[in-house]
Amino acid sequence: MFCDSVATVHLTDIVNKKKREAHLCERCARERDLLPQQAGQPIDLKALVNLMMAPDPAPAAPAAVAPLNCPKCGMTYAAFKGEGRFGCAHDYDAFAAILGPLLERVHRGTAHAGKVPAGARTARLDALRGEMAAAARTEDYEEAARLRDLIRQMEATQ
Amino acid sequence: MNLDTLLPNLGEWLRGTGPESDVVVSTRIRLARNLADYPFTGRATAAQKGEIVTRVKEAVGRVELPFKLDYHDVPGMTVLDRQFLVERQLISRELAAVLEGPRGVAFDAKESASVMVNEEDHLRLQVLRSGFALDDAWADIDKLDDALEARLPYAFHSQFGYLTACPTNVGTGLRGSVMLHLPALGITKQIDKVFRALQKINLAVRGGHGEGSRAFGDLYQISNQVTLGKSEQKILGEIKEVILTILQYERQARAVLMKERRQAEQDRVARALGTLGSATMITAEETMELLSVVRLGINLRLIDDVPATAVNQLFIQTQAAHLQKLVGHALDGEERNAARAKYLKTRLRELGSHR
Repeated sequence: MFCDSVATVHLTDIVNKKKREAHLCERCARERDLLPQQAGQPIDLKALVNLMMAPDPAPAAPAAVAPLNCPKCGMTYAAFKGEGRFGCAHDYDAFAAILGPLLERVHRGTAHAGKVPAGARTARLDALRGEMAAAARTEDYEEAARLRDLIRQMEATQ
Repeated sequence: MNLDTLLPNLGEWLRGTGPESDVVVSTRIRLARNLADYPFTGRATAAQKGEIVTRVKEAVGRVELPFKLDYHDVPGMTVLDRQFLVERQLISRELAAVLEGPRGVAFDAKESASVMVNEEDHLRLQVLRSGFALDDAWADIDKLDDALEARLPYAFHSQFGYLTACPTNVGTGLRGSVMLHLPALGITKQIDKVFRALQKINLAVRGGHGEGSRAFGDLYQISNQVTLGKSEQKILGEIKEVILTILQYERQARAVLMKERRQAEQDRVARALGTLGSATMITAEETMELLSVVRLGINLRLIDDVPATAVNQLFIQTQAAHLQKLVGHALDGEERNAARAKYLKTRLRELGSHR
C-alpha cells in the first residue's frame, strides 16, 4: 500500500519462483509507470466524428471537404460549424458529403420516413413511373418490378 | 385585436381536464416548416422576411379549418405583450426578444393552435391540448399543415424530408412534448432515476417552461429528439409508451405517499394553501412550488374546495407579464412579489367564499 486510496491495481509477479504482490490505487500505479501506456483505450466516437467534421480538412480527405459551400446562399462549411444552422434549403445538397455522419449521429438515421407533402408525392410518383417505363424498355424487368412494388406501396399509404 | 382580452381567459390547454390529467398537464406538437424559394430566416433579408410574412398571412387567412387564426405582428408589440404571449406558450422567447425583422404569430381564440412566422424556421406550427392527447394533437396539426401546404410550397427533399434551418429538426420537423406534473416522484426521490432512463432512449427532459428552464413546481416536459428516419406515428408512439410508464410510476409513488404519510401530506397541503393565502411578498418560484403541492393535494383528494382549473389559472396568472397586465402597469421585482401575494390572497379568498 502506498497511499490511502482504494487499491484498484493488483500486480503479481514471479521472479525466481518468488511471488511478489502489490496493491495500488490507479494514480500510484501510473506514477510508478506500472500501467501499460494508453494503447488499449476505447475509441472515442465523439472525437472521431469531430475529427471527420473538422473545418480544416485533414490532408487525407480533401476531396470530401473542399467544395463545401452553397452556390445558392454562399454558406460555407466553417459558418455552418459556427452557427449550427443552414442558410437555405440547397445547403442540404451542397453539404451532403458531411451531412451523412452528422445525421447518423443526431438521429441514427439518414432517410425521411414520415409525411410527404401532396405536391412532392405526385412528382415522386410521376418520376418513379417514368423510371419503371424506362426499365421495362431496356428489359430490366427485375428493376421494373421493384419500382412497381414501390409505386404500389406509395399509393397504398395515401 | 387587443391582447388584454385574452387576460381573463385560460387557453384551452390549461383547463386541467383531458385524459390522465391528474399527471399530464398538457400535450403539445410542433412542426418546423420552410417555404421553398427563400433562404432560411437566419439568412433572409428584411425584405424577404416581409414577403414571407405577407404570404403566410394571406394563406392563414384563407385556410379552411374548424378554427380561425388571427395574425399578430411581433415587432409592433410592446415588450410586455411579447412576454405575455411567451407565458401563454404561444410564442418562443426567441421570437419575442432575440430575433429581428418582420415576424409574428397567428393563433386561434382558444389558443390551441398557433403558427409562428420567421422563427428559426419560416413556420413553426403548434397545437396545444389539455391532458394526454398526442393523437388528437397530431390529427389537428396534420390538417393545419395540409391546409397551409396547399397554399405555400414547402422546402421538401426526397431523402431528407422537410428541410429545416437546423439539421436536428430535419425530416418530420416534429417535436411532440408532454408536460407532466410529477410531485410524488420528486418527494420519493425517484425522479432522477426516471430521467436517466429517458435520456438513454433519446427523449429530452426539460423544466415545464421550455428549453433551458428549471423544473419549478415539479413540472417536466418530455419530448422526442429524433426527427429523421421515423414516421410521425412511430415518434409519437414511442413518446406515448414512455409517458404511460412514467404515469404508472407517479401513481404508484402517490399511492405510497397516501399509505405511509397521509397525515404529513395533508399538513403540507394545508400549509401551502396557508402560505399562498397569507403571504405579503412571494416570488414566482415559491408560488410554483406551493401551487404544485396544492395540485397534488387536489389529485389525492386531500382537499376538495379548490378546483384544479383554478390552480392551473394561478400557475399562469402569477407570472410576471400576466401580473403586470392584471395590475395595469409595470412593476419591478419587489413590487411584483407584493402584487403576486395580493393577487393570490384575493383569488383564494374568492374561491373560499364559494365553498
